[in-house]
Amino acid sequence: MFEFILRRLLIAVPTVLLISMFVFGMQKLLPGDPVLAMAGEERDPATLDALRLKYHLNDPIWQQYLYWAEGALHGDLGTSLRTQEPVTTLIAQKLPVTIQLALMSLAVALFIGIPAGVLSAYRKGTWVDWLSNVVALSGLSIPNFWLGIMLILLVSVRLGWLPASGYVSPWTDPLTSIKTMLMPAFVLGSALAAALMRHTRSAMLGVLKSDYVRTARAKGLPERTVLVKHALRNALVPVVTVATLIFGELLGGAVLTEQIFTIPGFGKLVVDAVFSRDYAVVQGIVLCTAVAFIAMNLLADVAYRLLNPRMRVA
Amino acid sequence: MRPTKRFLILAAALSFSAQLAHAADLRIGLQEDPDALDPDQARTFVGRIVFASLCDKLVDISPDLKIVPMLATGWAWSDDGKALTMTLRKGVTFQDGTPFDAEAVKYNITRSQTFDLSRRKAEVKSIASVDVVDPYTVKFNLSTPDATLLSQLADRAGMMISPTAAQREGADFALNPVCSGPFKFVQRVQQDKIVLEKYAGYYDADKIHFDRVIFRPIPDTTVRLANLRAGDLDLIERMAPTDLASAKADPKLQTASAVSIGYQGITVNIANTDQAKNPLGQNKLVRQALSLAIDRDALNQVVFNGAFAPGNQPFPPTSPWYDKDLPIQPRDVAKAKALLKQAGLDKVSFELQTANSPDAQQVAQVIQSMAAEAGMDIKIVTKEFATMLKDQTAGAYQATQVGWSGRVDPDGNLYGFVVTGAGLNDGHYSNPEVDKLMNEARLSTDEAKRKTAYDAAQKILLDELPIIYLYHPVWLWASTAKLQGFVPYADGMIRLQNVSLKN
Repeated sequence: MFEFILRRLLIAVPTVLLISMFVFGMQKLLPGDPVLAMAGEERDPATLDALRLKYHLNDPIWQQYLYWAEGALHGDLGTSLRTQEPVTTLIAQKLPVTIQLALMSLAVALFIGIPAGVLSAYRKGTWVDWLSNVVALSGLSIPNFWLGIMLILLVSVRLGWLPASGYVSPWTDPLTSIKTMLMPAFVLGSALAAALMRHTRSAMLGVLKSDYVRTARAKGLPERTVLVKHALRNALVPVVTVATLIFGELLGGAVLTEQIFTIPGFGKLVVDAVFSRDYAVVQGIVLCTAVAFIAMNLLADVAYRLLNPRMRVA
Repeated sequence: MRPTKRFLILAAALSFSAQLAHAADLRIGLQEDPDALDPDQARTFVGRIVFASLCDKLVDISPDLKIVPMLATGWAWSDDGKALTMTLRKGVTFQDGTPFDAEAVKYNITRSQTFDLSRRKAEVKSIASVDVVDPYTVKFNLSTPDATLLSQLADRAGMMISPTAAQREGADFALNPVCSGPFKFVQRVQQDKIVLEKYAGYYDADKIHFDRVIFRPIPDTTVRLANLRAGDLDLIERMAPTDLASAKADPKLQTASAVSIGYQGITVNIANTDQAKNPLGQNKLVRQALSLAIDRDALNQVVFNGAFAPGNQPFPPTSPWYDKDLPIQPRDVAKAKALLKQAGLDKVSFELQTANSPDAQQVAQVIQSMAAEAGMDIKIVTKEFATMLKDQTAGAYQATQVGWSGRVDPDGNLYGFVVTGAGLNDGHYSNPEVDKLMNEARLSTDEAKRKTAYDAAQKILLDELPIIYLYHPVWLWASTAKLQGFVPYADGMIRLQNVSLKN
């Protein structure tokens, strides 16, 4: 197991390196001039030249990349052109928010998706199956921004139950923190639940037909034990894959949902950064997201092995 | 179904401990996240709203755009217009305790001129040197007379920051700004909030009625208004014109408005690269026809529910600088067609680039359909803003639908756009007569003389139309009905002196 993890970590190094080069190159392909975006309405030529010089924008692109990479190796991801804040500070501010939103959304998705998937597989073809499908699909097809605004208008403006927006750290006030994140987590989670439900359902259908389930039933085990201990556990492998992929994606930031609920996560930061050509910020976040994604994949692989002993030998 | 219900029950349970804002907090919803919080580095409109609470300026403006005292209590021009002497307010300290005096003013101007990240260089270029006459008198010696200087000092170039903090922090000053305004900086989380708290040592402290001000950037106008309605904000800026009616109808809210000093229009490429070689760029008759084809009132009604102010000059019709002899011409399609015929054309087509915001696209579409009726075929090219700007500067465009946020001094709305070789003259328009009048107006501090020069220039500009002015945005604020003392200003700023929340 240890060797397996180590090997995967070693493969991750060139992957991250390639991603950072790719993103750096892509950004330079963006039309528009970062200095023009930075200079302000007046665009005074002397200011433009000073900014170009300061941020090495006259140098060839490979040299600019090396400046960045050298800093990154020393733990310095540069400063935001837009606000002068160090990129590491920004990541430190936003990463916990993004992780909290991702975890809560995933929890909502799992809470809805897995039971719905199990039930609809177990009661295939009945009204339970039909209803689960309708609920899951409507979660998937309702646009996030619409659901978000409707929830704000209903829950915050009309009923006054939850704050309409904002973020409070769980370390300062856990209850308020959960309250402010509840609606965004629900909006994101309800959309993701559909994918989880469909995957759980199809995996369960396969497993329920298998020999060992029939054996378990023949042994006279209670239906609940058959379903949860024998069938679900085996059906979970593909579900774990989907869930970790979803989680990795959530760590990249959820632009629309963050925008509507004013959650200061990665999504808003990276979009603002792209529009103001704030290269260092985009680069830093992409790097961080890539690392998170790789870590998630590794975690998924470890989870398979824990869930399914047959994979441990592979 | 069930999870939704469970969620609602949970939400209800949690709401028993609903968090209430501190009574003396003011929560303001902004349309964008400000950029660097350093008056010398800052470049955004929204950043200036935060500065209005954070940093006092040498002079301020009144709601009718007159220059009024702030940190300078009085000023006088020398007879040749090449020296400005200011008397400074006594007993003022920066938020770190550093005293405010003539040396501090000198430091601030020097920083604006020499700091490598300064965006203020052009604004204070006319100042050749600063003399500290005595601790409370400062004299600006100018290289040429500059009528616009006072209005520059009424904006970011005149914001005084603590020399102690600026010297210590350098470019990092933006992370922890120390100024001279009524509120001092506490905390910032990008895209989330900027928190300021009352500065006890403020010279005008009895006019300040809040302990803290919290600025929250919420870009979506619907969501911003919903937050105000839910009681999570007290005041929002730049409400969407389409929401005005419903906000006015809500007894828990109140609204305020002011016609802005900026404008929106069509900047035509007159002579910047070969792209200018098209009928619109080459022939003023075609530009006149386009202007006549546009019904500015209808445009305002369709896109902005009639909440904005139609216009045909760089200054709104409410401005003292507006030339009343050149009013907005009503739409006249027949005359527009006749002008095209006079130009020897019966069908004209050109590209109009526009930003990808919904409003900008709608404006372009309305213009497109109006112009079509006059025989002009407009192809709309939608671009992301930074790209559009770059193409415009580089001359890779025929016409751009773009605007200007506006400056207090008329010079700021005209000079850079129409004078030969000026920084913002992307269409490369050039007319020696206009250049002469613009420079005359800039060099004189006599308002009547300046007005005559601007009026004369407008006659030429509205005939040749390098920029076809369309409308002036109107600043719209909405707040809880409890807010009192808020005064709308044409510059769109939020000044918190004498503002309070009644219980």
